[in-house]
Amino acid sequence: MADEPLIYENQFNVQGGNFSDAGKVASHIKAILKGFGIPSEAVRKTALVAYESEINIVSYARKGVIHLRLAPDQIVIETIDEGSGIADIELAMQEGYSTATDKIREMGFGAGMGLANIRNFSDIFHISSEPGKGTSLKMIIKWRP
Amino acid sequence: MEVKTAFGADLMSDVLAFAQSGSLLLTGLTNPQVIRTADVLDISAIIIVRGKRPSPDTVQLAGDLGIPILVTRFILFETAGRLYQSGIRGCLVKVDGSVHSHG
Repeated sequence: MADEPLIYENQFNVQGGNFSDAGKVASHIKAILKGFGIPSEAVRKTALVAYESEINIVSYARKGVIHLRLAPDQIVIETIDEGSGIADIELAMQEGYSTATDKIREMGFGAGMGLANIRNFSDIFHISSEPGKGTSLKMIIKWRP
Repeated sequence: MEVKTAFGADLMSDVLAFAQSGSLLLTGLTNPQVIRTADVLDISAIIIVRGKRPSPDTVQLAGDLGIPILVTRFILFETAGRLYQSGIRGCLVKVDGSVHSHG
């Protein structure tokens, strides 16, 4: 997989706390994938996991980067943030568990569904986190069955 | 534009989990994240219920992304009921209890 040739690669910076722009990167990624003629179901899943990840960075991190890699059979979204991290990943993955602030809830997020959605819409999902340092996510969406 | 299905919620993560492309989105939220969510899912149009007005930046973003916004003074339940009576159906009838993925 590591040697797989790439069709396209890019990375996008996300500023923590910048709620008004939250979702901009996901919209951009969606437009890029559409431009490559990727099937709409795979575009939708990728945009969705990128969007929930972006909301998480804006909500819980100082800053982060979202990497997009388009390979001949799959799309890889990788996010690396600098922030508070997650002390108990198992707990954070539980549907309904949230540490969201009022600001996050005002946007319609913070119901404890974000990571569960990311896991459910990814074909392969990895999460790692170091409390006090940050969180990394890797999501793979297969687009050529 | 022809629309056959709809989804209603104020929780954007629930919209992301359940709403399907081409559906109407009924919501009481008025911020730009509603438009971002609709864009990610290819929602056909947004109906803002309970007489709320979208913020200017929400209207601006909807215009940029070409997503229509409708507003109504009806509450969510009433709006959904009237649409259902006119033949619009839920984009899914019920969740299957274990997974939220549409495959």
